[in-house]
Amino acid sequence: MSPFVEDLKDAASVAFFAFLIFGPFIGLQLGDSMSGNLTLSSRPEALALAVGLTFLARLALLSWGRHRPAKIAPGLGAKVQKGGKFIAPALLVFAVLMPLAPGLPNAYIDLGVLIMTYVMLGWGLNIVVGLAGLLDLGYVAFYAVGAYSFALISTNFGFGFWECLPLAGILAACWGMFLGFPVLRLRGDYLAIVTLAFGEIIRLVITNWVSLTGGPNGMLGMPQPTLFGLRFSMAGGPGTFAGFFGISPTPGQRDAFLYYVILALALLTNWVTLRLRKQPLGRAWEALREDEIACRSLGINVRNTKLTAFATGAFFGGFAGCFFAARQGFISPDSFTFIESATVLAIVVLGGAGSQLGVVLAACVMIGVPQMLQSLQIYRMLIFGIALVVIMIVRPRGFISTRRPTVSLGKAKAIGAALISQGKG
Amino acid sequence: MAYALQQLINGLTLGMIYGLIAVGYTMVYGIIGMINFAHGDVFMIGAFVGIIVLTALAGITSIPLALLAAFIFSACICAVYGFSIERVAYRPLRGSFRLAPLISAIGMSILLENYVQVSQGALERAIPNLIPGGITLMNEDGFVVQLSWMQLAIIVVTLTVLAVFTYIVTKTPLGRAMRAVEQDAKMAALLGIDTNRTISITFIIGSALAAFAGVMFLLYYGVIDFYIGFNAGIKAFTAAVLGGIGSLPGAVLGGLLIGLIEAFWSGYATVAYKDAAVYSILAIVLMFMPSGLLGRHEVEKV
Amino acid sequence: MTVLSVTDLTMRFGGLTAVNDVSFAAERGQITAVIGPNGAGKTTLFNCITGFYKPTVGSIVMSPEVGKIVQLEKLPGHAIARKGKVARTFQNIRLFSGMTALENLLVAQHNALQAATGFGVLGVLGIGRYRAAERRAMALAKYWLEQTDLIDRADDPAGALPYGAQRRLEIARAMCTEPALLCLDEPAAGLNPRESAVLNDLLLKIRAGGCSLLLIEHDMGVVMKISDHIIVLDHGKKIADGTPAQIRADAAVIAAYLGEGDEDDPDAPLAEGAA
Repeated sequence: MSPFVEDLKDAASVAFFAFLIFGPFIGLQLGDSMSGNLTLSSRPEALALAVGLTFLARLALLSWGRHRPAKIAPGLGAKVQKGGKFIAPALLVFAVLMPLAPGLPNAYIDLGVLIMTYVMLGWGLNIVVGLAGLLDLGYVAFYAVGAYSFALISTNFGFGFWECLPLAGILAACWGMFLGFPVLRLRGDYLAIVTLAFGEIIRLVITNWVSLTGGPNGMLGMPQPTLFGLRFSMAGGPGTFAGFFGISPTPGQRDAFLYYVILALALLTNWVTLRLRKQPLGRAWEALREDEIACRSLGINVRNTKLTAFATGAFFGGFAGCFFAARQGFISPDSFTFIESATVLAIVVLGGAGSQLGVVLAACVMIGVPQMLQSLQIYRMLIFGIALVVIMIVRPRGFISTRRPTVSLGKAKAIGAALISQGKG
Repeated sequence: MAYALQQLINGLTLGMIYGLIAVGYTMVYGIIGMINFAHGDVFMIGAFVGIIVLTALAGITSIPLALLAAFIFSACICAVYGFSIERVAYRPLRGSFRLAPLISAIGMSILLENYVQVSQGALERAIPNLIPGGITLMNEDGFVVQLSWMQLAIIVVTLTVLAVFTYIVTKTPLGRAMRAVEQDAKMAALLGIDTNRTISITFIIGSALAAFAGVMFLLYYGVIDFYIGFNAGIKAFTAAVLGGIGSLPGAVLGGLLIGLIEAFWSGYATVAYKDAAVYSILAIVLMFMPSGLLGRHEVEKV
Repeated sequence: MTVLSVTDLTMRFGGLTAVNDVSFAAERGQITAVIGPNGAGKTTLFNCITGFYKPTVGSIVMSPEVGKIVQLEKLPGHAIARKGKVARTFQNIRLFSGMTALENLLVAQHNALQAATGFGVLGVLGIGRYRAAERRAMALAKYWLEQTDLIDRADDPAGALPYGAQRRLEIARAMCTEPALLCLDEPAAGLNPRESAVLNDLLLKIRAGGCSLLLIEHDMGVVMKISDHIIVLDHGKKIADGTPAQIRADAAVIAAYLGEGDEDDPDAPLAEGAA
């Protein structure tokens, strides 16, 4: 029997499955009748379309399967890392210069701010998941603590953004350590569910403690960041950025300023992470991921190492949250759902756990692309879900799946993904 | 006293539903070592198929027949879903390191939720109470403790399903194969067990259980939307972990505990924080028993 | 001078008694070997000494330097390495496979380096005292890489090294913690005779450097050639304790190893070293 006939039979059985799967949901539709009862209408064309497309897609996949290379872009990771010497500085220069481009629509700067925020979150989570190998599914909790700390402190005590920033980080770090204690002895999946649970607890508290946090209505009235005390107000006049420099105020100035603030915060996160990787602490995190028992036998206090990983990752998450609140001027529990934790984790995994540059690339793809597809409103999340599955199947180790050693006697060689542990924590 | 008894009944009923979903979670985790994030959404799919079947059969006079049809049809469709999810999103990543299957599972969960939202709309769907009435157990100062027929039905159906399921796992060759693959997949394969088939069947059974739970949820609460899977999924996962992931009786025990915690916290404290109570108790239990209540304490050989 | 003193050590796991009332002393500057048939409780004993199990009964006293006493059985695992100056290797090699050989050795010096970073701040900023500590750490790492003949592979990922090299790296890593007692769990397992000879030389060099050694081993070639003192366990109990010559002639030991008329060469376990 020729391969093509085999493929046809295979695709036909797949189509049959598709019929069963799509049948109830695409083929039929629940509706409401005039009397309020449920009705059922059929959509045979939509079903036929779905089944037909599946059949064709399967056929295409099978024929491609006969001719395709063994791995998708196997050398991609190594090439990106080699080019990393050029890519990273190039990206940095681009990031710094982008807002200054004349005539650039504000939307691009906004997108830049959004991507940069997720890059910072990704770099923060990278410390916990990528370096220390601790599976944290509730990172959004630190983001929320940072945001609400800023909101509460600034509205109740009148502090400005820059004063609240370190406080938000510290409070988030405290929550990180508080989270760390119960999970010290837990293996991977137990750790995952508890961190997820803590993330949900935070969300439930901010949703229900209405007197403190405004509940589902959220909080507003947070101050905007200032440049050495200069506000970015559209009114102009003394004490504002425009007034000080004697130029006419535009919204673009404020947006560009915010962009540079988050860029600076993100770069700070990156610098601290890169430095820490070369320190005993960073190396201990990575050793913890590789083999916790060996660490203990070398005299490393595993408990403290885990706690500092949580606390440091949380600290930067808090920074990001504080910035987010300041930029929006308004926060509500809707911004701090599990989807956020999942997105940041997906960015870290897609980047290639442990790689700083990978996180940047992954954030650009995972945040940038959906933003550009804004028009497909209700399909956005559907495509997002599909994309997560597809990307993981195609490149399970992420964009940059190699690790650069932090120190070497001779020439440092990239270590392949197969040797790097994923951690049991 | 009467009030507490009512909470107890409510809690146990809810706990049965959670336990049924948790068993599916724990089965899959036991056999391929990964958290099937999409399992809660299969539960949701089951509820929706249930409501579709019941709506289609709206004219039938025999309610038990309609319910039976809903259960069976839902179980079959969910079995197909479970089988397909495993083939598409998990099998290619088997043997890969642990983060990729997790992200794939999360993606699958998001996919299913939005698939239902897009195809059926975001609105809640409701059905009337198909098994009204119940027996009054107690009447204390005007507070009536009632065990509704619905609750009784749920308890009976769940226990029956679990009994059948336990029989399958402990007494049949299939069950032995499942346990063998769970202990040591490579060795099982060398001994001639078709691990792929065994894993597929595990997913199918787990999904069928979730379907039962979904239909029961539909009947009990009467209202469903595309998001119920997320919440139920986390609770069921919590139940599985609480009981000790990999342990089937543990999953049921965990489910019952969570149902009871929710019921009593809602009854005596506030409804708003009932979920927070569940999660906090999970954290506390795991602090003192890192492998869950009935979990196998995995000792790493030094 | 005793470096490690184990008294009345008993380890029970539920109904199973793995180690039953074992007492012995390891002398400073000596190589003490623990041998016995499989299942005798040797690794359990090790795990008690190195803090991976908490013994049911008994005391373990370590003397990291002359005049200093550390009670080990109550200490958490990492404190045994840190305060007791006890280092160990593992039966199933536990290297940090995604890190280079050099990085492995630097992780071993974590505590010394961490102390010099002043809560991490000095380190991140790269200030003076930390730099000096880092230089010293690199020098020590280089020294042990040379001693274990791994200097050429310093930048290779530990997971990619051949088996014999991995075993040597694990020993080098343990030595980088500057221990007073090095515990080795079957260091010669899987090594061919030539590699065993190299291992012997390495262990003798370590002893000459002032570190005491405690090793579990099945390879009698290694044991008889280099040990100063041998302890024999069988079914959790100590059945013999003495010099290699005494052990070779001990009737109880012969009975334990050979049982009742064994197949194979009856003299093999007690013969002079194969290498």
